[in-house]
Amino acid sequence: MTTATAPVGASKKGALRRSGDWARRAPLLPALILTLLVTQLPFVVTLVTSFMNWNAYYPDERGFAGLDNFKTVLSDPDARKAIIMTVVLTLSVVLIALVLGLLIALLLDRKFLGQGIVRTMMITPFLIVPVAAALLWKHALYNPEYGLFNGMLKLVFGEHAPQVDWIGQYPVLAVIFAIVWQWTPFMMLIILAGLQSRPMDVVEAARIDGASAWQIFVHMTLPHLRQYIELAALLGTIYVIQNFDHVFTITSGGLGTANLPYYIYQTFYTAHDYGLASAAGVVVVIGTQIAAMLALRTVFSIFKEQGR
Amino acid sequence: MSVKPLVPVLVGASIVAVSLTACSGAGGGGGTSGGGGGSGDAITVLMVNNPQMVDLQKLTADNFTAKTGIKVNFTVLPENDLRDKTSQEFSSQAGQYDVASLSNFEIPIYAKNNWVADLTDYSKKDTAFNQDDILKPMTTALSVDGKIYGEPFYGESSFLMYRTDVFKDKNLTMPPKPTWQEVADLAAKLDGAQPGMKGICLRGQPGWGQVFAPLTTVVNTFGGTWFEKDWTPKVNAPEFKEAVNFYVNLVRAHGEAGASQAGFTECLNNTMQGKTAMWYDATSAAGSLESDSSPTKGKFGYVAAPVVKTAASGWLYTWAWAIQQKSTRKDNAWKFISWASSKEYEELVGKTAGYGWSRVPAGKRASTYANADYLKAAGAFAEATKSAIESVDPNNPGVQPRPAAGIQFVDIPEFPDLGTKVSQKVSSAIAGQTTVDAALDEGQALAEAVANKYQK
Repeated sequence: MTTATAPVGASKKGALRRSGDWARRAPLLPALILTLLVTQLPFVVTLVTSFMNWNAYYPDERGFAGLDNFKTVLSDPDARKAIIMTVVLTLSVVLIALVLGLLIALLLDRKFLGQGIVRTMMITPFLIVPVAAALLWKHALYNPEYGLFNGMLKLVFGEHAPQVDWIGQYPVLAVIFAIVWQWTPFMMLIILAGLQSRPMDVVEAARIDGASAWQIFVHMTLPHLRQYIELAALLGTIYVIQNFDHVFTITSGGLGTANLPYYIYQTFYTAHDYGLASAAGVVVVIGTQIAAMLALRTVFSIFKEQGR
Repeated sequence: MSVKPLVPVLVGASIVAVSLTACSGAGGGGGTSGGGGGSGDAITVLMVNNPQMVDLQKLTADNFTAKTGIKVNFTVLPENDLRDKTSQEFSSQAGQYDVASLSNFEIPIYAKNNWVADLTDYSKKDTAFNQDDILKPMTTALSVDGKIYGEPFYGESSFLMYRTDVFKDKNLTMPPKPTWQEVADLAAKLDGAQPGMKGICLRGQPGWGQVFAPLTTVVNTFGGTWFEKDWTPKVNAPEFKEAVNFYVNLVRAHGEAGASQAGFTECLNNTMQGKTAMWYDATSAAGSLESDSSPTKGKFGYVAAPVVKTAASGWLYTWAWAIQQKSTRKDNAWKFISWASSKEYEELVGKTAGYGWSRVPAGKRASTYANADYLKAAGAFAEATKSAIESVDPNNPGVQPRPAAGIQFVDIPEFPDLGTKVSQKVSSAIAGQTTVDAALDEGQALAEAVANKYQK
């Protein structure tokens, strides 16, 4: 950090540099402070609330509760089921959406007539409001009486086609596929960006050297895409962990599909137990942190210098 | 290794999950703010965004304010947000809102906590309001120890709706006061009466206000209860199990497809589209079935909620007005309530172009059901609705004395959570994932935890 100031004296130079640094930082401060306020303050409030006995219906009993809320969260079988469901939901959605996204991106990377239109259409699911998408899946597609899936079965196999109760028989899969539908375009977009940044001259060279399409894909394309896939997985995981709309809309948290955000919602809105809901929220953050740290330190190369 | 700089980013991102709980925990804000303060002759009203309320909001300025000079500032919220907002507003007695729309679930709880004002004197002095015209069970449900704390805006009970044309085709008759066993037999005979038609539609969607609204009325009439008078939980008692087994077996054998996720909306669609021959649900559903857009309009008959051991088994639900105890504008607040819940307001809605008699907030006054104009629009179900509401007793809905009021719910703050958790297990039983007995044994454990609080 050298500046154009003349060497007057050591201390003066230091002061000048400091003020110069601050002159550069100052314009950023409002944004930084705002970010801190809107992200960290709610967290602090939640943290404090999680140690309180606070039920909206019992204002007289409000007070410090110690670790009681955390004990309740960790010993509640419904909370444990919600944690397992969150892990299952997140992992399966991210993995399936990644594979589908990769396949679609590889197809869209080729030149063909109407490429632009197809690409826009493929992105559309991601642009739909999640709760609207969930309603669409529940009513227009899964509904056993008037849904599209059973209607298609009848169209193909005739009047006596088997009519499946999609949500009732496969509740977890029903939720997973509705979310996969929404998140595949996101994965596809990031991977497509990766594919298009691939240096084509090297691929050309490999082809001249006699490498097959499969070899090029496995040894050149995939390693190049690794960082993009990791980024897509990381961002996807962060969002899918928080998924609430689909569980709320499609199954109302029933049939064993309640995940942690739904559990928190239920504790907050139907039990009005703000302390317990906050404690559950804090547990989610801590759990997410641990999982993210482990993943970043072991599997992911994206934030390591040697990854390049 | 440059892992560390990422940590703040991650913290920020995962906080989004937590701020779900924090946003309201901080105790205020709220997106829609139209209330607060208000000068002179203005009152603030917090209400749910149901269509009848939205109509009221539109009609207030030109009628109520024009006549009385009292300006009304509305804050309108979706039901869940409203419940959250009212519980915070009233428990802290913030005094920001003078009037709120509350259901008959909240009003007795709020009244016991001294959060809402006693309206008995207001209703006595206001002879034009005519408290005697309000249907008796409504007044009972909104009173604690003989004092009135809320006035109904509109209300409903439950009854059995059935297709008269299908019954005629199959040479079946609906008894005027059917028992559940008769209904189950009819459902078996009606299955497949028309291609793709099921015998009956019953809610199975989880939620204390979804499956457990009709199901608790079935439990009541089978002789079961959530709690006995001394708070002994009875969720896995033989009567409760018998009732839930009956309900689950009926809906699995002759009910709609996808029953475990079917709520009011799904059953309404199915019945309207001619996919079910009978439907046991809210009396307010009849208005939709008989509306001009319904393909099965005019084909329905209505009878009382089916019974077993009790004389009547319908539920009772109402959106009502209450005044916050802390309010400093109680007189003006009562004037608003007296107008909104009046016979004149119903006539105003009925006669105003663009609204009409089918949109009247009904189900609260006896005079509504004597009004020739209303009967012209709602004749098919008006009498059945009135007698359904009049037949219920919110304080004594079962065969045994209860520790708290309520028909399709137990009027304690813990019930929504308890009911929703047990409903998720019942829903699993409807889907065939578990048995009713196992579901209710788990439910009993949850009910015991609630009972501990009250048995102390």
